[in-house]
Amino acid sequence: MTVIGWLQIILFCVIIVALAKPLGWYMTRVFNGERTFLSPVLRPIEAGIYRISGVDEKREQHWLTYTVAMLLFHVGGFLVIYGVMRLQAVLPFNPAGQGAVAEDLSFNTAISFITNTNWQNYGGESTISYLVQMVGLTHQNFLSAATGIALAVALIRGFSRASVRTVGNFWVDVTRTTLYVLLPICVVYTLFLISQGMPQTLGDYVEATTLEGAKQTIAVGPVASQVAIKMLGTNGGGFSNANAAHPFENPTALSNFVQMLSIFLIGAAMTNVFGRMVGNQRQGWAILAVMGVLFVAGVAVTYWAEANGTATMHALGLTGGNMEGKEVRFGIVASSLFAVITTAASCGAVNAMHDSFTALGGMIPLMNMQLGEIIIGGVGAGLYGMLLFVVLAIFVAGLMVGRTPEYVGKKIEAREVKMAMLAILVLPLMYLGWTAVGVVYPPAVASMANAGPHGFTEVLYAYTSATGNNGSAFAGLTGNTLFYNLTLASAMFVGRFFMIVPAMAIAGSLAAKKSIPPSAGTFPTTGGLFVGLVVGVILIIGGLTFFPALALGPIVEHLAMNASQVF
Amino acid sequence: MLREIRPAIVLLLVLTAITGLAYPLAMTGIAGAIFPAQAQGSLIEKDGKVVGSALIGQEFKDDKYFHGRPSATLAPDPNDSTKTVSAPYNAANSGGSNLGPTSKALADRLKEDVDRLKAENPNAAVPVDLVTASASGLDPDISPEAAQFQVPRVAKARRISEDQLRQIVASSTQGRLLGLLGEPRVNVLALNLALDRASTK
Repeated sequence: MTVIGWLQIILFCVIIVALAKPLGWYMTRVFNGERTFLSPVLRPIEAGIYRISGVDEKREQHWLTYTVAMLLFHVGGFLVIYGVMRLQAVLPFNPAGQGAVAEDLSFNTAISFITNTNWQNYGGESTISYLVQMVGLTHQNFLSAATGIALAVALIRGFSRASVRTVGNFWVDVTRTTLYVLLPICVVYTLFLISQGMPQTLGDYVEATTLEGAKQTIAVGPVASQVAIKMLGTNGGGFSNANAAHPFENPTALSNFVQMLSIFLIGAAMTNVFGRMVGNQRQGWAILAVMGVLFVAGVAVTYWAEANGTATMHALGLTGGNMEGKEVRFGIVASSLFAVITTAASCGAVNAMHDSFTALGGMIPLMNMQLGEIIIGGVGAGLYGMLLFVVLAIFVAGLMVGRTPEYVGKKIEAREVKMAMLAILVLPLMYLGWTAVGVVYPPAVASMANAGPHGFTEVLYAYTSATGNNGSAFAGLTGNTLFYNLTLASAMFVGRFFMIVPAMAIAGSLAAKKSIPPSAGTFPTTGGLFVGLVVGVILIIGGLTFFPALALGPIVEHLAMNASQVF
Repeated sequence: MLREIRPAIVLLLVLTAITGLAYPLAMTGIAGAIFPAQAQGSLIEKDGKVVGSALIGQEFKDDKYFHGRPSATLAPDPNDSTKTVSAPYNAANSGGSNLGPTSKALADRLKEDVDRLKAENPNAAVPVDLVTASASGLDPDISPEAAQFQVPRVAKARRISEDQLRQIVASSTQGRLLGLLGEPRVNVLALNLALDRASTK
């Protein structure tokens, strides 16, 4: 670890905290339907969209209607992606002549993109056409991100409103998020990425003759417009196989730094939106503080482990850390930081191969996902995931002092706690359950790339990533098989929607409740005690659920690694 | 609930058209106008022919060139399309080795490469990036130490002095952005092109 390394980490944290407030202010205005500086341009487009799609923007929806609307929207999104993948061979924008994508791979990818997971069983530049990149993947990157944000806003309205039956209008929330938040940022961001060297072309792959006379086919394409939303919307599905490690998807140290910022940007600002909408910004800062504590702890462990390298490397006289699966322009620190960011948020883009990380360096990304991706988290999803843990923490605090727990003026009662527990318990059921199948079912076992405990970790990582809707991988695992395509898709589906529906039920139940003013007996939820309590609840619930699985994978591998044992 | 079906279909189509077609196509048009070189992939031409991209590494095996990092990229086996074969620096199928820290295959590969490099230059420590495969398999850069390490071999093959070569390496070295972001590095293709230019002078 170096001073310059830590300065890069500190600079990152400072910029994220500094941007949370202004963006939170802007986004709050967007969600409240107020005018913004972009309204003169965008308001006519927005009104036109409502007119032709028959949306009455004044009509609000009950939580159940809101959820059904969201589900219908996803069915349509699924059909679009599945359709263009199956038909890409006969559709335009296919200069490389890619053939139809197989049924199971198309199914997996369609589920993967509507759930904001963006797991890559597809090979990017080697499998899919430019049309699929644009109409299938880029478009769903926008819509799954906008959906996540809309759902979080609906849950916030549950806390901030009192004695009403509605939580907002899904169509309006999705449209406004796409037009006023995601698109404008992406336009500027895309141009910046192109200036750094990211291709944006519909032309053929380039045939080059290298200095030594060999042929090299260089894949290009409309990369920058896809990458901008892939990062900003915490989607993470790469244009190319190597994702953000590919020099075209991440050409410079600056493009890398800005990509890391853009993963956290909206998620961090959502905490401020929460604070503003419930009428006290300090409530938002307290949640951001919980996330910050867990984040910095994770960065420290991964950076330390990667800078250390392995005993095998030391024995050969190799110093300078574990550079297997990392790029020189990023080095140890920017690769470690990126890995923790991408798994803390539900992004899943990678600028280094997590499969080649040291045992403990790779365990932190795994833990980040197993905790439910609530450290900033996916856009929207991170906030509603964190609020579920807050509900539990408040409940635990209430039990300790024997009072009915309250949070931002709402009583937390049996229904909320049951729903929060349902959402939190369904995740380990998926990733532990499927891992158990994956390590004994012979065709699944054949997919492991590494032997020993590392092979087990590859399987655990895959299901954890799918359930958490992250999408990063220990990529040695051959995921493009019938078994993995189907089981990973089921994990992604359950991980997304069995979290959303209980969260929306909580939103509806809270919105209907009266708001009670704070009294002398109210537990303050803006101070250090609250932050410590939530961190504790997260670590205890998380630790009890997945620590045994970690012991079988990365922990035992760490011991083997230090003893120079190989498999 | 039924009245949600029309928005579900129409809104999806409209937003698909905006975000999936209008946005990427508009960006492509603007990029072609203001950043044409980057938008096409930062291609390098020599005598009218494309020799590569400034951002994409390529394979160098000749002693008179500086070598890049090991690359684990694959290509379909020409004899059996269900299998893959090693194809270093395949810029149409990026990827890393994905070998874990306790992998025997990785330990063996590291030892073999370290032994080979030690035989080539016994006087310097082997830089770690010169024996580890990059994440993309297309890493265009090596560390300044990895370039310096190869100076004796290249100087001998080109019959020029090591000092002269070290100067060319130093002038091809890029530092951290603002002294802070990223890592110091040498672009291998740019360095080798500079070398060829210096030799023909």
